Amino acid sequence: MASIDIRNVRKNFGIVSVLHGVDLAIKNGEFVVLVGPSGCGKSTLLRMIAGLEEVTEGEIRIDGMRVNERAPKDRDIAMVFQSYALYPHMNVAENMSYGLRIRKAAHEKITAAVSNAARKLELQPLLARRPKALSGGQRQRVAMGRAIVRQPKAFLFDEPLSNLDARLREQMRAEIKKLHRDLGATSIYVTHDQIEAMTLADRIVAMHEGVVQQVGSPLELYDRPANLFVAGFIGSPAMNFLSARYEVGAGTAGARLPDGTLIGLSSGYQLEEGAAVTLGIRPEHVEMSPASESSLRATVDLIEPTGFGIILHLGLHGLPFNVFTLDRAALTAGPTVTVAFPPQHLHLFDETGKRALESSLQKGKG
Amino acid sequence: MNRYSIFGTALHRLAILCYVVFALFPLFWLLKVSVTPNDLLYSEGVRMWPSRMSFEHFRFVLAHSAFPVFFRNSMIVAGATAVIVTLLASLSGYALSRFTFRGKYWLVALMLLTQMFPLVMLVAPIFKMLSPLGLTNSLTGLVVVYTAFNIPFATFLMQSFFDGIPKELEEAAKIDGATQFMAFRQIVLPLTLPGIAATLGFVFTAAWSELLFALMLISGNSAATFPVGLLTFVSKFSVDFGQMMAAGVLALIPACLFFLFIQRYLVQGLTAGAVKG
Ligand SMILES: Nc1ncnc2c1ncn2[C@@H]1O[C@H](COP(=O)(O)OP(=O)(O)O)[C@@H](O)[C@H]1O
Ligand SMILES: [Mg+2]
Repeated sequence: MASIDIRNVRKNFGIVSVLHGVDLAIKNGEFVVLVGPSGCGKSTLLRMIAGLEEVTEGEIRIDGMRVNERAPKDRDIAMVFQSYALYPHMNVAENMSYGLRIRKAAHEKITAAVSNAARKLELQPLLARRPKALSGGQRQRVAMGRAIVRQPKAFLFDEPLSNLDARLREQMRAEIKKLHRDLGATSIYVTHDQIEAMTLADRIVAMHEGVVQQVGSPLELYDRPANLFVAGFIGSPAMNFLSARYEVGAGTAGARLPDGTLIGLSSGYQLEEGAAVTLGIRPEHVEMSPASESSLRATVDLIEPTGFGIILHLGLHGLPFNVFTLDRAALTAGPTVTVAFPPQHLHLFDETGKRALESSLQKGKG
Repeated sequence: MNRYSIFGTALHRLAILCYVVFALFPLFWLLKVSVTPNDLLYSEGVRMWPSRMSFEHFRFVLAHSAFPVFFRNSMIVAGATAVIVTLLASLSGYALSRFTFRGKYWLVALMLLTQMFPLVMLVAPIFKMLSPLGLTNSLTGLVVVYTAFNIPFATFLMQSFFDGIPKELEEAAKIDGATQFMAFRQIVLPLTLPGIAATLGFVFTAAWSELLFALMLISGNSAATFPVGLLTFVSKFSVDFGQMMAAGVLALIPACLFFLFIQRYLVQGLTAGAVKG
């Protein structure tokens, strides 16, 4: 087990810059998830930690030791690939023991480690099989087994579940979490799936276009996204956004929508009168209410029951707007509904979307 | 199976059969002539099989001609060329497949360029070069020339096999603790066996049947290879077809054995199960 420090790490492929200075300190035993849309540089960062890509600039430290120049084999980390990358000409036991064998570990130690890992992952009956005789889920387990037999300093996962079907993915997700609880090993997990990130992480690192957008616990990212990107990326169905202008009235603050509706805000935003802002509200926080001064009338475009709840696809002045509700009465909603936004659930972002604005009240809460 | 698919399958099989008959017929003719006694060769007209079979040509070729020497020479030249080329092409193909290095583009272009010349153009200069080195009239000289000519194509062939092996396998090995070379030897190479077999087979056959350079660089029987040797059955006044065909049949044997030996590696699907799928 080890801590991993990433200091101002940059990566260029030729003239293309894909990581623009990443700083991240991962504590011993922590489960950190790198999440972001495809192409944002997550895999690149992970591969740099593994030693598979050179570091263009900056420094990576494992347990305090600079490893930039170290070959992957000297970093003592394990990696689970999206494609599993099992050795096709070796059976399951040989796949799992390869790392120990080339390190010339004692025979008894290898056997013990393999059978131990096989038991944890329920692979005992498959030990003599070749990878091509395994199902996707079994291959995934073997890949995990190969990682844990060596008891490395840290585990790196690059979208290990994205080739599995939904049910298996859920199941493996829980197993990975249990495995981490049992082994307590430092883990870095890359995914583009925000649900995976939310459920697995001690800390989430949200990335976009080679820049870390926010680092925090899953609920921090959900409750207080640092910018428009994180707000839109975390949570499903995604947060709704409306552009508005900030207005301060007699003792109350509000956001004026283009159609003239004034949405009430909590007080205490450090904003100028008339400043352009983006309002954000999660579908699950929107209230379906009787018409009032600050409520909005929306047309119902589509009703999606998910079983657990209902997603309403609305049109708000022609813009798409989603509402999630547990109230089954919504199934028969339409053709128009009125919605209201509780101020405590509103997120406010500045014009550029790069920064979330906080009222003094919210600051107090955090 | 419905009627349409039975019909389709039958048609398909028939087409394959036609092709196989077409492709194998010359070989059959070779065999037929080789067992036809001389007195029947011209007297029986066109027949599928002679009325009387004899192995006299084989006996003559093996006992009274220089054929065993040609045969041995060919084995040495083709075998050595195949092994050397495959070894070098594996290394260079791997490098082309996995590494980026300065001048890679030009190297590839140059290798392609060498494939564009008709070999006849090169006979004289090569003779000029090899002669002062004492490499004319020697098997070593032939091996050198064949190796040089076969390496570019073999390199591309091997490169395509390496390209087919996921990079992640090596990366996984490196993370597991292997050096680049160990990853190559323990992970990549075993998976490339079909490719290696194909390359060996290709180069062996090419060297086994090469005539032009063998004819130009070798004089006299002691270093002649089998294709050159075949020509000795053509004299100024007659062609001894029976003996020539018998020699031809014998020459097929090593090639057949060779492919029999490597065919199990040629069977694809060895990499199945490496990544998802
Ligand atoms: N070897 C490479 N050469 C050039 N560009 C690359 C290479 N690897 C990745 N990239 C680019 O770097 C960016 C980030 O890639 P990656 O880290 O794989 O993204 P992610 O894993 O977040 O989907 C992408 O735009 C990709 O095209
Ligand atoms: Mg990726």
